[in-house]
Amino acid sequence: MTVPALEVEGLRHSYGGNRLALEDVGFRVMPGAFTCLLGPNGAGKSTLFALATGLLQPTDGRVRIHGHDIMQAPGKALAELGVVFQQPTLDLDLTVLQNLRYFAALHGIGRREADRRIETELIRLSLFERRGEKVRALNGGHRRRVEIARALLHRPTLLLLDEPTVGLDIPARRTLIRHVHALCAEDGIAVLWATHLIDEIDPATDHVVVLHRGRVRACGPVAAVNAETGCTTVAESFDRLTAARPTADVEAAA
Amino acid sequence: MTGRQLKIWGIAFQGIVAREVLRFIHQRERFLGALVRPLVWLFVFAAGFRAALGIAIIPPYETYIPYEVYIVPGLIGMIQLFNGMQGSLSMVYDREMGSMRILLTSPLPRAFLLVARLLGGVVVSILQVAAFLLIVRLYGIDLPAWAPLTVLPALLLNGLMLGALGMVLASTIRQLENFAGVMNFVVFPLFFLSSALYPLYRMEEAGPLLWWLCSLNPFTHGVELIRFALYGRIDGLALAVVAGSTLLFAALAVRGYSPARGMGSRAPSAAG
Repeated sequence: MTVPALEVEGLRHSYGGNRLALEDVGFRVMPGAFTCLLGPNGAGKSTLFALATGLLQPTDGRVRIHGHDIMQAPGKALAELGVVFQQPTLDLDLTVLQNLRYFAALHGIGRREADRRIETELIRLSLFERRGEKVRALNGGHRRRVEIARALLHRPTLLLLDEPTVGLDIPARRTLIRHVHALCAEDGIAVLWATHLIDEIDPATDHVVVLHRGRVRACGPVAAVNAETGCTTVAESFDRLTAARPTADVEAAA
Repeated sequence: MTGRQLKIWGIAFQGIVAREVLRFIHQRERFLGALVRPLVWLFVFAAGFRAALGIAIIPPYETYIPYEVYIVPGLIGMIQLFNGMQGSLSMVYDREMGSMRILLTSPLPRAFLLVARLLGGVVVSILQVAAFLLIVRLYGIDLPAWAPLTVLPALLLNGLMLGALGMVLASTIRQLENFAGVMNFVVFPLFFLSSALYPLYRMEEAGPLLWWLCSLNPFTHGVELIRFALYGRIDGLALAVVAGSTLLFAALAVRGYSPARGMGSRAPSAAG
């Protein structure tokens, strides 16, 4: 049986106090699947990302990346994980190349091998000729592309992206979405793409996980989720699942 | 540990230190700021103060010394103090929290990553001190010929202590989000309640409480460690206090960035 690239099981988290930020969250992302993590603001997406990257310890439950538990074997799990965080994480005063070399070093990749991989990734994203420029000189879309190139340098099996298109114009968004889909199709990388923008989903191929108020409301291929909710589009399903009393609605619909 | 693992750690360590140095070189204003501050104290404050303050012969000095000579170790300490706090401050800002996340999602052990980052900051502070010592020498202040070398271990230790303190502050005190706060509550007390500007015996004359505060201040011991090291000597008490404080602060810093304390916990309040 194939090992899931990401397996989340019974995940609960509270930041102290009564309210749970995540409540019994569970889902899988298989190799080569492009999965959208959908949820309105405050749904718990960022908490889920902090837990999946090991920056935060869950109150309960587990996250496995390529079979490795992020809390028990963080080294092995993180080696399989590439992340693009919501907030920019590049050093603006360093060049593209310096930023990427720094990241490669963090993963123990030697200079020669690092330069080889950097060249490959930058060429793929048509940024190779800009490698000597300071990141400050790049626009938002290009900075995001550099972050994606960076997240792939250590050849992860799972790529997490937390609302990567925030602040980008439409052409830059399209380029990014197309590129990441290609990574799934061509390299078999599993992707978890958090967003609250429904139009970023490709209903033909993508999977969705709908998160609302810390709970998973639905997950699976788009068609299956639509069938479950009795809707014809993801947008309708999403509205129904994240309505004021979603559980009752779903039950009524089913 | 296998040779391969050791090599991976070595690559990561080099990369982390190189990044700190590169960032420093690219930020010219930061370099100038780091130099101008102690030089103003040296050229203006010390020059005006020398007439007002006579200093008895106290170790490590063997003769009467002008005030400018006395204040040099304190200003070196100040360079490292600002460097350590600046590191912590930039970490407090979200933009830097982002780069902290990149660091902490490396598969290498967290304590190693944090110590490497700490050492990167110390290397930067030593570059600043080297530039300062060069100007001090050109200005005509007499230091032993070997002072730049003998002071190195003291700079390393003092820099580690202050850098670790900065990390602890960055990870624990959420309210300390602007420079004024750090200046008022950390930098000023540490600097003025120390032996950087006036010898401790002067503080004793001023009052026992002040003397106690100065004696307990780890920064005092950092400055004394540097002062003695400039003359090729070791102040045992200072060494013990600085080493002990470094270990304590480093342990607290590593704890501050542990997943159980949740360095990601700030994000969800701001976003989904």
